[in-house]
Amino acid sequence: MKRIALENLPKLYAAIAEKQSLILPVKKAGQTNFGLWTEEADVDLATLKTVKSAKDAFFPQSETLYTCQRDGKTLSLQPEKLEEEPFVVFGIKGCDVRGIQILDKVFLSEPVDSFYCARRKHGIIVSLACAAPEESCFCKVFGIDCAEPEGDVVTWIAEGYLYWKAATEKGEALTAQVADLLEDADTAAVDAQKAAIAAIVEKLPYANLSLEGWNGKVLNEKFNSPLWEQLYKPCLACGTCTFVCPTCQCYDIKDYNTGNGVQRYRCWDSCMYSDFTMMAHGNNRTSQLQRFRQRFMHKLVYFPANNDGAYSCVGCGRCVEKCPSHLNIVKVIKAFEKEGK
Amino acid sequence: MQELKNRAIELLENGTVARVLGWKIGENTYDPEPAFFDSVEAMKDFVYNNFCAANLSKYMIEASKLEGKTLVCLKPCDSYSFNQLVSDHRVDREKAYIIGVGCKGKLSIEQIKKSGVKGILSVTDSDPIQVETLYGNKELPYTAGMLSRCFSCKGKEHVVYDELIGESAETSTVDRFDEVRRIEAMTPEEKFAFFQAELSKCIRCNACRNVCPACNCRKCVFDGNKFDSAQKANVDSFEEKMFHIIRAFHVAGRCTDCGECSRVCPQGIPLHLFNRKFIKDINTLYGEYQAGADPEAKGPLTSFTTEDAEPSIVSKGGIV
Repeated sequence: MKRIALENLPKLYAAIAEKQSLILPVKKAGQTNFGLWTEEADVDLATLKTVKSAKDAFFPQSETLYTCQRDGKTLSLQPEKLEEEPFVVFGIKGCDVRGIQILDKVFLSEPVDSFYCARRKHGIIVSLACAAPEESCFCKVFGIDCAEPEGDVVTWIAEGYLYWKAATEKGEALTAQVADLLEDADTAAVDAQKAAIAAIVEKLPYANLSLEGWNGKVLNEKFNSPLWEQLYKPCLACGTCTFVCPTCQCYDIKDYNTGNGVQRYRCWDSCMYSDFTMMAHGNNRTSQLQRFRQRFMHKLVYFPANNDGAYSCVGCGRCVEKCPSHLNIVKVIKAFEKEGK
Repeated sequence: MQELKNRAIELLENGTVARVLGWKIGENTYDPEPAFFDSVEAMKDFVYNNFCAANLSKYMIEASKLEGKTLVCLKPCDSYSFNQLVSDHRVDREKAYIIGVGCKGKLSIEQIKKSGVKGILSVTDSDPIQVETLYGNKELPYTAGMLSRCFSCKGKEHVVYDELIGESAETSTVDRFDEVRRIEAMTPEEKFAFFQAELSKCIRCNACRNVCPACNCRKCVFDGNKFDSAQKANVDSFEEKMFHIIRAFHVAGRCTDCGECSRVCPQGIPLHLFNRKFIKDINTLYGEYQAGADPEAKGPLTSFTTEDAEPSIVSKGGIV
């Protein structure tokens, strides 16, 4: 275990950024999101949850795939370059790390998504343990330990220091780069924090949310439940829940007309939107009930069916906090539990 | 709350209304959700507390298409939105039985958290607000949890209703145009920097558009598949220079300043500022006008008089 005094963190950021780009929670106009570190950046490690998850670092909300250019009778095609340089994502919480592992199941299985794969290969994850979980958190339900997240390097903030532990080869290499700034430390402060957090996690309102009855084998039963008819009604059909979610992975591919060419880009899609999975014949989900149901069926039934039982929810609680209508996955799970369906 | 619930049950039972549009109790005091109740049995989950901030008037678009009347609970400011939806021919007045519900300013859990409260286990909607948290208990003045829109309240009177239940209070402490004046006083560079910083946070979730009672087009122009920029693609330059400004122009003259756009924005963008600037300019150019105050009124931008401002005002730099 290593450590660095919190007042020296700017030096650590600068040292990391000297060798590779550094992405970390930055406060801008009152809100904290993952952003590129600069000397002027207002780094904010105190806010428990960034508004958006760290997903953008590996799977950006919008990205160009290639560009076509017409010049007279010639048509040229420029593919977008894949990520070739290492970069560090610092301050990812345990839930978001798991979120990336869930995205891996989608984008790193055949056919491999080359854009995502290149970023995963070059990205170094420095996770940060949660020091004060909040009421909307329920990562425990998915077997995540927010006091000891996964990552290439795992860090903790306790008693005026950032504690630092390399967990993978990538993490060891990064540690070697900044070794001058780190000092050896014992694990007492970190152990104390882990014990305190373990006790707090037990008291969180949704800590014991039951996922009983949700698995890949209950497709028809859940799909045909009359409960959806009640549940979807307040949904505004906005994309907030899907866009703040660390595991929502659906995207759309579109062409932007540049006048004498086409910029082909992809952007996150939302199952809440009316043109979700729109095809030439039209849309296969024609009502908001169907679109609303899709999100929860995907996370709790379809994804486990295709991924050895793994749910595609990590209990980060962002949707719980951000839904304009106060609808969320917790309410859906509880409604089914209550009805015994 | 009990009086309101009893009256709603009575109207359901005697067949005056086919359903009730109100709020359903959440997991906690602070997360009630908009809901339709179509039976006395379902009404057991009905709640009306100080966290019921959602403006229910837009749900009446769908409810207007259903058989029978819908009892809708409207707070004073929601009643303006309802009237505007009637003016826009999107809601049928005859399909609504409006109970004007009392409002003394609405609370928001996000606002409460801004006071540094974390790990909330329970919270009251009383004055003062009692908060029990994992990290200790706290008492906050009611105003510390109040939505910012309530500090420039439109008043305690409902502009449309069938009956009133509950008391309302005017909660204004600031002139709603103060913030607009502060921005008007900026240099063009400062204004641009301010809006760029705010709007670059936009994630194109469309919550502002979807919650907005004035954004009631059957199909939004941005949802059309012939539109080059996808409604969901997050491109800073488009959000900073186009999307929110286009939307503000489109609702100008019909925006009642209900403040839902700013309430729902996950990134805390003060979107209402655009609308307020338009309202302020309309007041200056066409005379004082409050959208939704009178459903029969002709909107300043949808009627013509010889007193109207000339287009040349634009080339003269508009109103600053």
